[in-house]
Amino acid sequence: MKDNFLLEIKELRASIDTKEILKGLNLEVGYGEIHAIMGPNGSGKSTLANVLTGRDIATVTHGSVTYEGHNLLEMSPEERARDGIFLSFQYPIEIPGVSMVNFMKTAINEQRRHRGLEPLSASDFLRLMREKKELVEIDSALTNRSVNEGFSGGEKKKNEIFQMALLEPRLALLDETDSGLDIDALRIVANGVNKIRKPDTSVIVITHYQRLLDYIVPDFVHVMYDGRIVKSAGPELALELEERGYDWIRKEADVNEESWTTDRK
Amino acid sequence: MDYRPEVISKMSALYADSREGFLKDSPELFNRYRENAFMEFMSLGIPDRKNEAYKYTNLETFLSYNYQDYYSPVPADFTEAEKFHCEVEDLDVWNIVLLNGFFPNSEKGLVMLPGGIWVGSMKSAVKQFPALVEKHYNKYVDNAKDGLVPLNTALASDGLFIYAPKHTVYTKPIQIVNLLHSDKDIFVQDRNLVVLEDGAQLSLLVCDHAISPQHFLTNTITEVYVGCNARFDIVRVQNQHNNSGKITHTFIHQERDSYASSNNISLHGGLVRNATWHYLAGENGETHSYGLFLADKHQHIGNFVNIDHAAPNCNSTQLFKGVLDDNSTGAFNGRIMVHKIAQGTNAFQRNNNIILSDSAKMDTKPQLEIFADDVKCSHGATVGQLDENALFYLRSRGIDEREARLMLMFGFAHEVIQNIPIEALRDRIDNLVLQRLRGELSRCASCAIQCN
Repeated sequence: MKDNFLLEIKELRASIDTKEILKGLNLEVGYGEIHAIMGPNGSGKSTLANVLTGRDIATVTHGSVTYEGHNLLEMSPEERARDGIFLSFQYPIEIPGVSMVNFMKTAINEQRRHRGLEPLSASDFLRLMREKKELVEIDSALTNRSVNEGFSGGEKKKNEIFQMALLEPRLALLDETDSGLDIDALRIVANGVNKIRKPDTSVIVITHYQRLLDYIVPDFVHVMYDGRIVKSAGPELALELEERGYDWIRKEADVNEESWTTDRK
Repeated sequence: MDYRPEVISKMSALYADSREGFLKDSPELFNRYRENAFMEFMSLGIPDRKNEAYKYTNLETFLSYNYQDYYSPVPADFTEAEKFHCEVEDLDVWNIVLLNGFFPNSEKGLVMLPGGIWVGSMKSAVKQFPALVEKHYNKYVDNAKDGLVPLNTALASDGLFIYAPKHTVYTKPIQIVNLLHSDKDIFVQDRNLVVLEDGAQLSLLVCDHAISPQHFLTNTITEVYVGCNARFDIVRVQNQHNNSGKITHTFIHQERDSYASSNNISLHGGLVRNATWHYLAGENGETHSYGLFLADKHQHIGNFVNIDHAAPNCNSTQLFKGVLDDNSTGAFNGRIMVHKIAQGTNAFQRNNNIILSDSAKMDTKPQLEIFADDVKCSHGATVGQLDENALFYLRSRGIDEREARLMLMFGFAHEVIQNIPIEALRDRIDNLVLQRLRGELSRCASCAIQCN
C-alpha cells in the first residue's frame, strides 16, 4: 500500500510558537499526480509548505510525513532537496553577491554527489543552463546576475521555475507561484512547469486562484481551512470555489466537528 | 592603569638615541620636520578612547609591547627578502619587495618603468627630485589630530617613492609586497610618497605580510598627490599574523577632475587600523573608499575614513563591510566633511557587518558635518547575522548548511571586492577571501611565502 504514494501525510499537527497552525492534516500524493491546495488566507497552506521543505519556523507536534517510504521529518532541508523535493517560493529571496551560475552549479553538483555521480564539467553545466533557459523562456541576462537581485516579481517566479527545470524534482511544491503574475507571465510559468514535468513527477500547487489550474490541470483539488483539509474533489471544485468563494466551505467545516480525511478511491 | 606615559617616555628615549644614530643618515628633508613632529607627538600623546577617531580601537596591547628594536636595515637582510618575489598567474604586475618598510638597495637610485614612471626609495628620490619631494613631502598629512602621525614623521627614515610625471600612464598595476621579517620584535615606521601629476594614471597593489613569527607593529604613512584629471587606485591586502599590528594612515589629496579609489582588504592581523583620508581639493573630483575585513579569535580591525569635500561638485562613496567571528572586534568610523564652498556635493556612505558569534563586537559610527546647502549625503549602517531566509533558500536547493553559509558570506564580501578595478586581481582576492572564509590559511597558490 505504502508504495502507492510518493508522499503520505498523516494527522499532521504543527505550531508556530504556541499557536497551532496545522491541526491534523491528512494528504496522500501518488506518483505523477497533480494536487491543488486552495483555501483562505491563514488556513495553513504556507506552513504546510514550510514543514514539507524543512523550514524550522513551525514545530511538528504530532503525526507523520512519509516520502518515498522515508520519514521526511527527520531529514534536513538539503537532504530533502537532494532526494527530489523542490519548493517554488512564494517570495523568492534576493541574495546579492551570489551569482545564479555559482548557485545552481553548486546545487546540481551536491545533488549529483548525493546520487553517486561525478560533478558536471563547466561546459556541460553551461550547456544544461542554456537548454533549460530556453525551456522556461527566461532571459539570459537574468541568469548572469546575482540570485534574484533586482528581479521583478514575474522574473523571480520564472527564476524559480528555471531552478526547478535544472534540479528536476520528483515532488514540486508551487507556493502561490501565480500570485502577482500577469497573464503572459502566468502562461510562461505554467507552461514551464508542464514542460519540465515527467510522467512520474508529482506536483502540489498551492494557490488562491483558479486561473493557474487552467494551465496546470490538477487531478485533485483540496480545500484547506483552519489547519486541515476539509474538502477534496476533482478539478471542478476549483471552479466552484472561484465562483462561490470560501464562505460555504467555512460553514460546512464549522458545522462538522469531526476531523476530515481525504478519502481516496 | 594608563600604559601610555611609559610608552611615551620610551619613545622619548628612543628618539633621542636615534637622532644621534641611524636618523643622522636620513635625508635632510626628513630631519627638517622631525623636531616639530616629535613635539607634536609629545603634546598629542598616544590616541586613546577619548579621541573620537579611536573611540572603539584600543591600541594598548600592541603599543605597550616591549619592542626590541626600531628597524634600520642592513644590506644582507635584502638577499633574504629577494626570495619572496611573488608570481601571480594572470596578473601582470611590476613587483617590488619592501623589507620592513625599506626599499632594497636604497642608495641605488630610482628605476624608470615603461611609460616614464619612477619608482624607488625616498632616500633616492630626495637626491634625484629634490624640488618635487620637497613640494609634496609632509604636505598632505594632518599632524594635529592623531599622535601616531607626527610620531611617524619624527621617526621615519625611508620608504617608497613613486612618481608619475604629467600624462604618464602605467597600465599594469604596481605591486608592493611589504614583508615583515626579523629575528627581533620590531616597530616599523615607514614613510611613503606617491605623486601623480596632471593626467597621470597608475594603480597600486600593496600586500602586507609578516613572515617571521615575531611581534611586529607597523605605523605607516602614505601621502598621495593626485593631480588634475589624474587617476589613482590603491588596493591593500593585509594578511599578517596575530602578533602583528598594522596601523596605516593614507592621505590622498586630489586636484580638480581627478579620480581616486582605495580598497582595504584586511584578511588577517592581530590589530589592524586603517585611516584613509581623502581630500577633494579641486572641483569635479571623484573619490571612493572601500574596505572589507574578516576577523576572528581576538583580532581587532578598525577602519577610519575621512572625506573632505573642500571643492564644489565632487562625488564620494564609502563602502565598508566586516565579518566577525569568535571574540573579534571591529570598528568603522566614517566622517564626511562638506566645506562651505562645496556646493553640489554627493557623498554616500554605507557600512554593513555580519557577526557570527555571540561574543564578537562591532562598533560603527557615521559622522557627517555639512556646511554647504546644496548637498546630497546619505549614510547607513547595519550589524546583524546571516540572513536566515537566504540560508534556507540555498539549503532548499540541496546545498548543505556549511557551504550555504560560506556562499552567503562570500556574496556579502564580494560586493566590496567587485569594486577592485583590475579583473585578475578581483579574482585573486575573491579566492583569498574564500580560503579565509573556509578557515584555510589564505595565500595565493604560487606564493613563495610558505609560512606556517
